[in-house]
Parts: sequence; structure tokens; C-alpha cells
Amino acid sequence: MKTDTIAAIATALSPSGIGIIRISGDEAIETADRIFRSKSGKKIAEVKSHTVHYGFIYDGDEMIDEVMAVVMKAPHSFTRENTVEIDCHGGVYVMNKILQTALKNGARMAEPGEFTKRAFMNGRIDLTKAEAIMDLIQSKNEAARKNSLSHLKGDMYQKIKKLREDILYEIAFIESALDDPEHISLDGFHERLENKTTEIISVVKRLINSAENGRILKEGINTVIVGKPNVGKSSFLNLLLDEERAIVTDIAGTTRDTLEESVSLDGITLNLIDTAGIRNTDDPVEQIGVNKAKKSLEEADLMIYMVDSSIPLDESDLEIIPLLDPFKTIVLLNKSDLTPVVTKEMVEQYFKDGILPQCITIAAGKKEGLERFSGLIKEKFFAGEISFDEEIMISNMRQKDLLVQTLSHMEMVKRSLEDDMPEDFYSIDLMAAYASLGEMIGEEVGEDLVNEIFSKFCMGK
Amino acid sequence: MPEARIQTDICIIGAGHAGCEAALACARLGFETVLFTVNVESIALMPCNPNIGGTSKGHLVRELDALGGEMGKNIDKTFIQSKMLNLSKGPAVHSLRAQADKADYTRSMRTILENQEHLTIKQGEVCEIITETTANGKPRVTGVKIFTGTIYECKAAILCTGTYLKARCLCGESITYTGPNGLQAANHLTDSLAGLGVKLRRFKTGTPARMDKRSIDFTKMEEQVGDEKITPFSFSTNPDDIQKEQVSCYLTYTNQKTHEIIRNNLDRSPIYAGIIEGTGPRYCPSIEDKVVKFADKERHQVFIEPEGLYTNEMYVGGMSSSLPEDVQLAMYRTVPGLENCTIVRNAYAIEYDCLESGELTLSLELKAVENLFAAGQFNGSSGYEEAAAQGLIAGINACHKLKGNDPLILDRSDAYIGVLIDDLVTKDNREPYRMMTSRAEYRLLLRQDNADLRLSKFGHAYGLVSDETYEKVCRKQELIDLEVKRLKETKVGANKEMQAFLSKYGTALLRTAASMAELLCRPELSYEILAEIDTERPSLPLDVVEQACIQIKYEGYIERQMRQVEQFKKTERRRIPEDIDYDDISSLRLEARQKLKAFRPMSVGQASRISGVSPADVSVLLIYLEQQKGR
Repeated sequence: MKTDTIAAIATALSPSGIGIIRISGDEAIETADRIFRSKSGKKIAEVKSHTVHYGFIYDGDEMIDEVMAVVMKAPHSFTRENTVEIDCHGGVYVMNKILQTALKNGARMAEPGEFTKRAFMNGRIDLTKAEAIMDLIQSKNEAARKNSLSHLKGDMYQKIKKLREDILYEIAFIESALDDPEHISLDGFHERLENKTTEIISVVKRLINSAENGRILKEGINTVIVGKPNVGKSSFLNLLLDEERAIVTDIAGTTRDTLEESVSLDGITLNLIDTAGIRNTDDPVEQIGVNKAKKSLEEADLMIYMVDSSIPLDESDLEIIPLLDPFKTIVLLNKSDLTPVVTKEMVEQYFKDGILPQCITIAAGKKEGLERFSGLIKEKFFAGEISFDEEIMISNMRQKDLLVQTLSHMEMVKRSLEDDMPEDFYSIDLMAAYASLGEMIGEEVGEDLVNEIFSKFCMGK
Repeated sequence: MPEARIQTDICIIGAGHAGCEAALACARLGFETVLFTVNVESIALMPCNPNIGGTSKGHLVRELDALGGEMGKNIDKTFIQSKMLNLSKGPAVHSLRAQADKADYTRSMRTILENQEHLTIKQGEVCEIITETTANGKPRVTGVKIFTGTIYECKAAILCTGTYLKARCLCGESITYTGPNGLQAANHLTDSLAGLGVKLRRFKTGTPARMDKRSIDFTKMEEQVGDEKITPFSFSTNPDDIQKEQVSCYLTYTNQKTHEIIRNNLDRSPIYAGIIEGTGPRYCPSIEDKVVKFADKERHQVFIEPEGLYTNEMYVGGMSSSLPEDVQLAMYRTVPGLENCTIVRNAYAIEYDCLESGELTLSLELKAVENLFAAGQFNGSSGYEEAAAQGLIAGINACHKLKGNDPLILDRSDAYIGVLIDDLVTKDNREPYRMMTSRAEYRLLLRQDNADLRLSKFGHAYGLVSDETYEKVCRKQELIDLEVKRLKETKVGANKEMQAFLSKYGTALLRTAASMAELLCRPELSYEILAEIDTERPSLPLDVVEQACIQIKYEGYIERQMRQVEQFKKTERRRIPEDIDYDDISSLRLEARQKLKAFRPMSVGQASRISGVSPADVSVLLIYLEQQKGR
């Protein structure tokens, strides 16, 4: 059937030694050649089937990973299509990045169960397995659909719905004018659509960026930041978020509630929960915050314990440390720009049983130390100390792929506008963008356009 | 009482636009054909708007013509004003519309039918479809019985009953049990069809009033004239033969006073009072609907169109209504120019029986009855052009079924006709279906200007287009291809004369050599302007030049759509066996299984368009089919 080129991560998306990205289809070899540079200088198109090649994956000029490429030419592969498998270093960040690069270079994201489907359709799998494959496809699809829907954040869902509404309205306007030129005029429409298109493109771009930052789905590592008041938790959070979100002042106790935000550090998503500072307090409002922080810690995958290194540890710190799980904890010695009075060892001595947390120095207010922090997270992550949800990761990639498609359709609209094409050309790509966005939220196009035309525009004889 | 029995091959029930095309197609393919009508005077009647064509409908007429239909030729003979719509937009949405002299259109079509070999016209209401039971238990048509009791024995029949089945017309509180224009309704056939297991439903449509021209003050309206250079509908009509003096239409508007009268009398509208049960079309809403649904609109357009050269009746486009006569008169008289109008025929709504969704196959044969075909408004469409297009296809397919050949099934990438029929057959439509350009996914390819190039091959293969006509089309295609190639290969250098030419037309100068095709794509230049520097140019017919220019100017978009079509064709070619048992595919979701069982699509592509069938269900279906193939 379809012989377009598909790609997906073939191994489990868990931190493991080796990961495999599989590319299959008519242009699998061309796609691989665009992203793979072999050590020997040979192109994949030139090499024999069933050979392994050492080299590097490049996204443009950026080297992503050192890999082995396994080449299997049609029909001698699982799918009976041209197939290239890229064996890379296991680790979600790398695998994801390689897949994204393949998607940018001619492949599309494989549908759930699609490799197996192709293998079957091309006669690679015994007919008696058909039933099992049908069940597999249906269940994988169902799971993927549920997953992307349930993990799409509320505001993301709303944004996509709004984009679709806007796009549909414009298409309906064009189409009603085409169908009923004597009732509906397109005078001045060009300019309006130009503005609208620019607006939509910028929204989609922002969504793609946030997809890259992992904010698109409620995925990632539940991370709780704790520390006594005014040690700089909010400044650190802002540093991660790169925006003034949590209220930062020098008065202790300004963050009275927990704040939630997702950020991505080099492809690893942290769901951050900033807590009110924990200290012995009589202020009932603040007490609620403290209790919440304690509750958050119970559900955390990662605990960031923040210490103001310019002032000595006190009773409040001694209250916090017993709440921490040293396996899950990273200690940040903040305000390293000031004269430190607290050292790594001083903190460590309060952890029992000799299990010590990791510890680094930063200066959140001066925006220093973020790299050290992200390096540590990566290490912790790739070392396999933290687990996360594979399904969510996959749906996040799918969502992003659809956003990228939407963007390219909208850019075609923009080009048609710039080339001053007649209006009927715009709706072709607007419709494609509408369909891509619909796929994100599991909605088909169906009779949407006709319904919109009739409900918004007064047509007819 | 002894029954009269008459032998024939094919019976066509109804002589509207669907029936006429169906009858002509059958007779022209050599089958003895009887065309039944309740009244010979009503052959090819235009009971609503006095025009043929318009956006996307103009495409249908062109396509019909390329396949060997009659409508295009007939309107070319009988039009009184012609206009190419959407000229400021892309070529894909240019659409031809002509005002018809209604009486002349009817008379002219009747003459064609009366003189067609193998075709007989018979006045009489068909009351019953007579069938025998085939080996698989399904009924098969063996004849039709008319009201007098006479039986016409036949091998196939085509239902083209339009709006006549159990029709009733409503004008306020006044209800008459007639077809359009007070013509006799057909009240018996519904029961016969239901008895054969055919599911029917009720649809509704309407028409505005006709006024006496002498009572209208045209000085208060904007005059709407026809095109200076008239384009014919039929590819066989020589444009020079049809340039003639045209009649004008007029534009005026409703106002707040009009809307107020309507709002104050809504309780007397049969639709709002709940007397009408049928579903009406959203694209030609009654003026009541417009005022209610678009309450913020201050005015609505009203087009006053002549019904013919030899009548004073004027059609009031935009103001169809089922309000009582007194309200109608009051409301019309608020419109500038209509202050003193007199109504010749009142506006009315009409309700009728038609096919339920899911009853048809893509060849337009009924699933329930072998050799019984259907076309036109009976299939749930609306419009003369939609009806005619189906009539032709049903006619062709009835004949080829009797010959034992494969049916003619145009797909969504072949023609608007393909889109029309696929939608009628595959979708669960809830109102009379009107063609719209937005329904055609591949409309850049399905232009009205290339209908002959797209479809003559089908018309020829199925026997309605002569060798001579077909060869002419093939020759035209060759000339287009050659000219496109020549324009792409002819290079001009960045020399002094060239730059002078370019600056004369205010377009960018050349840095390196360019092809004639590249220059043609510049908005400042045109094929005509390029003549100055394109000295080797052959002398070519205008239609060839037009095609070559479109091909070059929109090449990127056209190629993109052609790639989409390739993908589309793959699933479209994947046939589903007629006897497939969907209950055997346990992985299908329940909703998908129910829909597939109800619609029984012919191909995987068609299955994928049924609402409620997901992409995963389609994958499952594909795997099942592959498994069956291997068994």
C-alpha cells in the first residue's frame, strides 16, 4: 500500500545501553544518507545490503551521536522495504533527537503498529498471524489516541481547538465566496488572511518550541524544589523557566502556594513544583503551603533541596532533610557568588546511613550554574535512576510531528499569499493545516467545512 | 380486465433532467427505451431557478457534455444571458452560468427526445416495479406497471422521480397534494418500493414567487448584464455561433421592514409551525430562515431574473418562502422596485419521498433490487445539473449492466460527478445535496476548462462519444503538451532587447537566461504580451493556449495535487469483495462494523470516507483483505 517512508524508535524508550531507530520505505536510504555520515565516507546508497557501518548522525552541522547503521535493502528486511536501522547510544534524549532528525529529512512518524502492518501486507508474516496483528493495530491505536488526548494539557487542547476554529472560519469564508460570489465578496480579504496567517504561524511556532521544551504533555519527571524560605527557590525556578512566574522578593515566605510548571533540560522534561519554604510557622496560610510541600515530596521522582550557602544551616534545614530520599535528591548550594559558610560536607552529615545525595553549587540570582545542574540531571537520568512513561514520550513526539506539519502547511499559505495567488489556492493548504491539527486532538475533518459555511455565511438563491 | 403488455429494454421513470439524460444515454447505446412522465408538457421542466450552471454546477454540465450528455448543448441553444463567474479567482473555480428561456429549454429538449431513435415517450404514472426473485433471493426488475394497468416488460429501470413521490406543496396554511407547478404527484410508487425493501425518507425544498414584469420598477434596482464574450457550455458548440444579444437580470435588497413582517408572521410559516416534516437544504434557505438564522444581517440580496423571452414572469431569486400568500405579498412589497408587484405564482415549499442514505451503490444501482437504478433528486440531491449528471451515469450503467460489462464509476479525482455520486452513496446526508467546489478535494485538477481532456476517454469507452470527437480531444491534448514543452525549452538570454522588453512591462530584469515558461509565470506578463519576443511561436487554437498557460502557471500546485491523487488512487483501487462478512473481522470497532455493514463500500478508499470508520479500522480491513486473498 503506502510506500512513503516511516521512522520510529524500535527499542524500548527506557534508559538502556543501546537504542535503535528504524527507518523503512521507498526513501529510507535517501533519508538515512541525509543524516548519517560514515567514517569510511561511503554513502548508504552505495553499500551492500546487510552490512553495518560506523559513523555519526548529524542534524545539519550538529553532531548528535556516534552510531552504527545497519542497511537492509528490499525485499530482504522485516517490512520487505528498504530499511535502515540506526543503533545509537540508548537514552531518551539521543534516540528522540535522531528520530526528529529523520523526520526532518523525509520520513514521517510511523503509526502505531505500522512496521508490523507493512511486514504483513508485504507477505513477510504468516497469514495465520493476521488476527493477532489486527488486534495489535487496533489496541495500539486506541492506546495512542487515549494517551495523547489524556496527556494533552488542558490549555494546549484549548489552543489547538482555537487554532482550528480560526483556520476553519477562514476556509469557510473563502469557500462561501467561491460558491456564492454574488452574495459574498473577498474584497480586502487578502490582507486579513495575511495577518491571520502570520498570527497562526507564530502560535504554531510557539507550540513547537514548547513541544521541544516538553511542555506539550504532562510528561516527565515530577520534581519538587524544597528549602527553607528565601533561599532562592523561586529565582531558580525562574531561571529554569526563563520567565518571571513565581513571585520573587526578599521577604521570607512570599511563595505561599505550590507552583507547577514543566521545563525541558536538553530534552529531559521536569515537572517542577516549587513549594513554599518549609519552616516552623504559626501563619496558617503559610502552614497550608508547607503541608502541600510535604505532600508533593511524597509523589516526587526528583527532589531538589536548596540551601542558601551564605547563611548557616539551621533548625528548618534539619526539619527538611529527614523528608528527603537521598537517592532522589540533588542538593543545590545557592548563592555561591556570596561568601559561602555552608559546604557540601556540612549538608551531607545530616543524611543518615551514609547514603549521600548529589550536590552542586549555583548562583540562581546571577543565572550561574544551570549547566552544571542540567549535566547532573542528565547523568542521573541516563544512569537509570529515574524512570518515566514511554507512551507519553511517544505521543509527545507524534504531537510535535503534527505541529511541524501544520507549520509547513501554513507556510505554504503564506507563500501563496506572497505570490498573490488567487484565493482558492489558499484553502488547499489551510485545509491541510486544519487536518493536521485535528489529528492532534483526534478529530476528523468530515463535514466540518460544509457545516461551517452554512452556519456562518448566508448563502444561496 | 385484460392487461396490455409491451416489451422494451429499459424504462425510465420520470422525464426531468435526470430522466432525459438517462433516456438519451440508453437509447443512444442502442437499447429500446421508454421514458415515462406524468405529463408530456413537463419534460425537462425547470420548476425553480431559470438558469443552468453556476459555481461547481457549471463544472457538472461541462463534464456531462464531455461524457456525451445533452444538457450543455441544450442550454447553448436556449440561453438568454451568460456569465462566467469567479473570473477574478483561480481557473479551478471559474464557473459558467446561463439564464435559460425556460419554455424554450423544455421545448428544445423535448424535440431531441422525440427524435431520438430507440426512444419512446409515454405519459402515465408508474405505480409499481415488477420483479422476479433471483437465485440469491434478491428481487430483479422485470417490468413496470402504469396507472392504467398496462405493464411494460423490461430488463432494467431507472427511477428519476424528482420531487414527485407523494409530493405536497405548502404555501402558508394552504396545502396541496401536487408535484411542482401544480403538476400531478406520483402517489403509488413509494409503496411498491417499500415493499421491495427500499428505504425512503422525506426531504423538502422550496421556490420563490414569480412576478409580473410590468409591475416591477427596475429603475430602483442594479442591472446585471451578461458577459461581453459568451463562452458556450458544450465543447461541441462553436463560440462564434452563440454570440447574441442578452437579457438583463436585476439586483435589489430586502430591508428591516421586510424582516419585521417575516418575524411577525413566523407562526404562520409551516416550517416554523412544525407542519413541514421534511429536511430542507441549508444552501438555499427560505427568506424566513435567512432572517432567523442571520438576524444581524441588515439586508439580503434579491435577484430578479427573467423566466424567458416570451413571458412577463420574473423569478425572485433569494426570497423563497412558504409563508401564506398575504404575508408573501406584504413582504415582497417592502423591497425597492417591488412596491407595486403582482405575484403570478406564489412561493411554496415542497415535500417529497426520496432514498435514504446507504441504499445505492456507486454505479447508482439500488442495493435492494437488481437492475433497478436511480438518479436525481430521488437520490437525495438537488439541482438540475446534479440530476442530469446522475441521469447520464445511471443510464450508461444500466446499459452496461445488461451487456454484462463493468459500470462507469468516476472517482473523486476524475470529476465533480465522481465527488457528487461518492458523497450521495457514501455519506449520511441529512438534507438535499448540492454540489459545491469545496466538496472537491482535487479541484485544481477538476477544472471546467479541461473537462473534455479529463472525461472524453470515458465517454468514448462507454459508447456515447464518437471516434471523431475523441480523436479531436486527443489531438488537443497533444498540442497542449507540445506547447508546454516548447515554452519550457525556449530560452531567452539577458540581452539588451530582452531587458528593454521587460522594463517596458515593469517586470524584473533578467540576471541569467530564462525560459519562456518562467516569464509566463510573472504576474506582469501574459501569453499575449510574450508574443512580442516569442517569435517561433506556432499558431494555436485559443483553448490549447489556455490549457498550456494554466499548466505552466500553476504547475507546482497541480503537481502537488497529482501526488495526492496517486495516494488516493491506491486505496481506491483496493476492492472489497461484495460478500465480505464484517462480523468475521473481530478487531473492527463496533461503530465501524455497523457503518460498514450499512454502507457496504466497494473499495477500501470508499470505506475510509464513511464517518465512524477510523484509520485504524481501515488498517484492520486491509490486513483482513490480505489474509483472505492468501487463503
